[in-house]
Amino acid sequence: MKVKADYYYSEEHEWVRVEGDLAYIGITDYAQHHLGNTVFVELPENESEFAAGEVIGVIESVKAVADMHTPVSGTVTAINEELEDSPELLNEDPYGHYIAVLKMTNPEELKALMNSEQYAAFCEQQEE
Amino acid sequence: MGLQRTPLYSMHQKYHGKMIDFGGWELPVEYRETGIIAEHHQVRKQAGLFDVSHMGEIAVRGEKAESFIQQLVTNDISGLKENQICYTPMCYPDGGCVDDLLIYKYSAENFLIVVNAANTDKDFAWMREHKPAAGVSLDNMSASYALLALQGPLAQDILQNICNVNLQTIKYYWFLPSVKVAGYDCIVSRTGYTGEDGFELFVAPEHAADLWEAIITAGRGAVLPAGLGARDTLRFEAKLPLYGHELDEDISPLEAGLGRFVKLDKDSFIGKEALLRQKERGLQRILVELEMIGRGIPRSHYEIFVNGQNIGWITSGGFAPTLNKNIGLALVKKEYANPGQELDVMIRNKPVKACVGKGIFYRRSR
Repeated sequence: MKVKADYYYSEEHEWVRVEGDLAYIGITDYAQHHLGNTVFVELPENESEFAAGEVIGVIESVKAVADMHTPVSGTVTAINEELEDSPELLNEDPYGHYIAVLKMTNPEELKALMNSEQYAAFCEQQEE
Repeated sequence: MGLQRTPLYSMHQKYHGKMIDFGGWELPVEYRETGIIAEHHQVRKQAGLFDVSHMGEIAVRGEKAESFIQQLVTNDISGLKENQICYTPMCYPDGGCVDDLLIYKYSAENFLIVVNAANTDKDFAWMREHKPAAGVSLDNMSASYALLALQGPLAQDILQNICNVNLQTIKYYWFLPSVKVAGYDCIVSRTGYTGEDGFELFVAPEHAADLWEAIITAGRGAVLPAGLGARDTLRFEAKLPLYGHELDEDISPLEAGLGRFVKLDKDSFIGKEALLRQKERGLQRILVELEMIGRGIPRSHYEIFVNGQNIGWITSGGFAPTLNKNIGLALVKKEYANPGQELDVMIRNKPVKACVGKGIFYRRSR
C-alpha cells in the first residue's frame, strides 16, 4: 500500500495536501484498493462550504457506494472535473488526483490528522 | 459463526482472492491482480474460471421422480431428454418464487437439481414437504460436489485440450455425466451465468483444486480466475435474473419476464392457479430495462418515481463494463413500462432521469 510523505491522512482514508491556506483532498491508495474499480464520482459544488467530517463527495465502485468526508473545514475553490469522465484515475493514481480544493477556515484541524508514518501504521493495523 | 469454505479455498489464497462473506460462504469478490472489470472483460474476450461450489445440488430419484418435479416447477419437463437440462422457476401457491433451478435429467427416475446457494435448505425443505409418501427419494448432495464454471468464447478450445470427449457434442443446456477432465471424473454441462459460451464442471471435492490448476494450465494465459463480482456484472449485463433481485417470494416469474419458462397449459403444478389469474387479469407490474439519462448509477432497491409517485424500484443495476454505460432492471407499474417512458431514479434522495429501453442489454453474437 502506497503512502505519500508530507501528506496528512484521516482515519477514513482521505489525504490532504497543503499549499498555503489551500487543502487538496483525495482518497488514499488503501481506500481505492478496498473500493475496487471506481466507476463514478460525485463532486461537491464550487464555493460550497463544509465543516470537517462532512460528506463532500461520493465515490462509487462496481460493488460499493462510499461517502467521502472532508478532513478539514473550508470553502470549495476547485473541483477535479476530470474524474467525472475518468473515475478510474482514482485507481491508477489516487495521490495524483484530488477530489476538491478547499480554502481552509481552520488550519489547526490539520493537527488532528495523521502523518504518513502514522497512517502507514494505521493501515497495517486495519489489515490485521 | 464461522464462514463455510469451498474445496477451492486454497486456490483463492494462491491467486490472491479478496475474500468476502457471501451468504455465509467465504468466497473471492475479485482477485488482486485483476479486479472486477478486468475479470469481466477477460470472460467476454477469452475465458474466466469461477468457483461456484457454494451452489446447492439436490438429487431426486425414484419411479415418481419425474411426476413429482413436474408438479413442483413451472416449466414443462415432460419433453426433456436424458442428458438435457431445463431452467425453471419453482413457485409458491400464490405465484411468488421459492427459487429458480436447473434440472439435469439422467433418466425419468433420476434427476439432479442445481439451486441457489442461499436457498438450498429452504428448497430442500419445500421439496420434502411436497414429496409423495412413496416413489421419490431426495438427497442433498451439495457437499458431494465442487462446481467450477469455465466461461468465455475460448472455453471450449481450452477445455478440449484436457478432456476425453468431443465437446462439440455437448450442446447448449445439455450435459454428459461421466467425462474425464485432466483425468478426473466430472459431470460436464454446457451452461453458465455470464451470457457467454461455457461449461460447468461438477467434481469430487478432493479433486477440485487439481482440476482448477489443470484448467488454468491448459489455458496458457487465456484463462484467469474470476470472482463473484464479475459473475454478477456478467450475469446482470446479459439480463440473467438473480433470485432475491429480479425474482423472490413476492415477485412472480410472469412479472419478471420469464413467461417462456411458465407452461400454463401443462397439468396442475404449484402456483398454476395464481399465475393463470395473473395472466388473465393482466400483469400489474413488469420488469423493464432502464438506461440512465442523467449522471448516476442505479442500484438495487433504489426507488423510482414519476410525477412524484413511487411506481417501482431497481431490482439490479450498475455499471455495465462491456456496454460501458449505467443500466438497470426495474420492476415498475405496467402504465410506466413502455419503451421511451422517462422516469426518475432516486439516488441519494435526488431524482435522476432514466428511460425505459428495450434490447439494451448484452447479447453475444453467435
